[in-house]
Amino acid sequence: MLMIEGLQVKLGAREILKGVDMEIREGEVHILFGPNGSGKTSLLMTLMGYPQYRITAGKIVFKGTDITHMPVHERAQLGMGMSYQRPPTIHGLKTRDMVSICAGNGEQDVEALASQVNMGDFLDRDLNAGFSGGEIKRSELLQLMAQNPDLLLFDEPESGVDMENIALIGNAIAALLERNSAGYSGSCRMRTHPDRRKMGLIITHTGYILNYVPADRGQVLFDGVIACRGNPQEIFQTISRSGYQECIECMT
Amino acid sequence: MHDIDEKARKAQEAKEKKAAYGRDIDLDTYCVEGECLEPLTGLEQLTQEDRSVMLKAGVDTTEQDRSGSYIQKDTSAIYATSLMDGLEILPIKEALKLDWINEYYWKLADVGQDKYTARAYTDLHNGYVIRSLPGAHVTFPVQACLYLHQDALSQNVHNIIIASEDSELHVITGCVSGSHVVQGLHVGVSEFFVKKNARLSFTMIHHWAEGMLVRPRSVGGVEEGGLFLNNYVSMKPVKSLQMYPATRLIGRGAVARFYNLLVGHPGSEIDVGGRILLNAPETRAEIIARAISNGGTIISRGHLAGDIPGIKAHLECRGLILNGGDILAIPELHGKAEGVDMSHEAAVGKINQDEILYLMSRGLSEDEATSTIVRGFMSVDIPGLPPDLKSQIDAAVAQTNQEVM
Repeated sequence: MLMIEGLQVKLGAREILKGVDMEIREGEVHILFGPNGSGKTSLLMTLMGYPQYRITAGKIVFKGTDITHMPVHERAQLGMGMSYQRPPTIHGLKTRDMVSICAGNGEQDVEALASQVNMGDFLDRDLNAGFSGGEIKRSELLQLMAQNPDLLLFDEPESGVDMENIALIGNAIAALLERNSAGYSGSCRMRTHPDRRKMGLIITHTGYILNYVPADRGQVLFDGVIACRGNPQEIFQTISRSGYQECIECMT
Repeated sequence: MHDIDEKARKAQEAKEKKAAYGRDIDLDTYCVEGECLEPLTGLEQLTQEDRSVMLKAGVDTTEQDRSGSYIQKDTSAIYATSLMDGLEILPIKEALKLDWINEYYWKLADVGQDKYTARAYTDLHNGYVIRSLPGAHVTFPVQACLYLHQDALSQNVHNIIIASEDSELHVITGCVSGSHVVQGLHVGVSEFFVKKNARLSFTMIHHWAEGMLVRPRSVGGVEEGGLFLNNYVSMKPVKSLQMYPATRLIGRGAVARFYNLLVGHPGSEIDVGGRILLNAPETRAEIIARAISNGGTIISRGHLAGDIPGIKAHLECRGLILNGGDILAIPELHGKAEGVDMSHEAAVGKINQDEILYLMSRGLSEDEATSTIVRGFMSVDIPGLPPDLKSQIDAAVAQTNQEVM
């Protein structure tokens, strides 16, 4: 379980999160909505432990451990993983080697994993060097597949992805979260992962991801606080129809 | 005879001539007399200590996967053996007794360049001549070791490498000083001849002591359709190292690629460049340098000059400043005709914190992440290099990496 209580965060002198509360239980997937600049990425980076996001109040508890001041790699080792929107390029580090790093350098069939997200041809290229938007997303997914964390943070996993690859990405994310995709045609969906434990927090602007990953909850981050909680589909429809205006009304 | 008189005269004139770059060295501080050592009949006769020192610079005394070896200890050539047909390896002092060497000896390098070239002429100790005969494919590398064992010695060598027409030759040279050597001077003249359609890769790994002064002087010429790969690795502390190897592309379609991997430790002054002159149609050149200053001073020079339309040349220098230190990148392009295609990129900075955090978020500690990035920074793909040489370079990088961290 991930528990966030009264989280306040500053980036430089600017207060970005002004008291965020959130709870993601085992097996739950949440969608994080919010306009540009509302603090969504900042929240994910703070959860992952990026030190420039300075926590001034509140706490983060993951799997019963207070991780508020835990360094990034210890959070990763505890089971947190993130798919970045714009990860840095690392020259001289082959994608293949990064995948092995993600797997803790343990036994992992890198080729087989890569073929699942069409990344076979990228394994011997420098990580993220000259990758297109969609290639970056698939590379991030490949890394998470090898890392296999319990809590997955996705920062706009479908942005820049062409329509051809949307299904591929959506299904891969669903698999990572132990969710059957929305396209699943079996007779009993709920039984596919009867004891699923993976947690997810997904930032999306387009909402495409909702077609592939059934989500339990939607949360709207607005001006540094959670302004609204509810059914993710409903929230998305409302935002699509009238933008974040309703959130403002809701708050005032 | 006239030729010899001419060289002697030039050497005399250049005796006190300071080099264009690098701190000036008082040559008289270093002794030119070395103990005359008996040649070995096999490398197993080397002491265990010598063997392990040589291994650090990529010289494997078991000669596994090697086409031959040349070993020079101080002033004496103690071993020169070819294990392959079509490959000749001999000490230059032996070669100078043969007529054909006159086509090569001091034909590219200039005795009168500075006091170091002059010294290599007047006080030549030895050096190697390595030649692949026409059409020979010497696929396993030839290894050469220039080993400085005697403290305060000035080791003066002259090397000549000839890749004859249609041949393939790979040479790895390890320059290394013994563990007890406090100071010394290494002067090395090298001349590279890459004939028509020949392929030569030359990989030099320097592994000196902290008090060493090093002044290599290298010049190459590449004929039509020839390929010259020149890799240089210096990752150990050295007091002062200055070199600016130059290569001229003289035949149509000739290609030269230089790769320099440098680490500057505290107290080290490194001034290393690469110069390629593109003087024939359809020639290509590339100079790639990676420099890490771990507290030392590094000057990374690069100079490309082209005077034929259609030539293509690129220069790339990346510098990383880790624990203080100083990196000066000087990339120079000189286009002397319309239609040349020349470019450069240079970047000097520190490790991007986002890269470290990215790796940490995949489970690496900060130190592991930093060292992974540094290793990646130094890992340059060198097309055409045999895997064994590539792993030799990787090993040197990995070893340094641990020490830098």
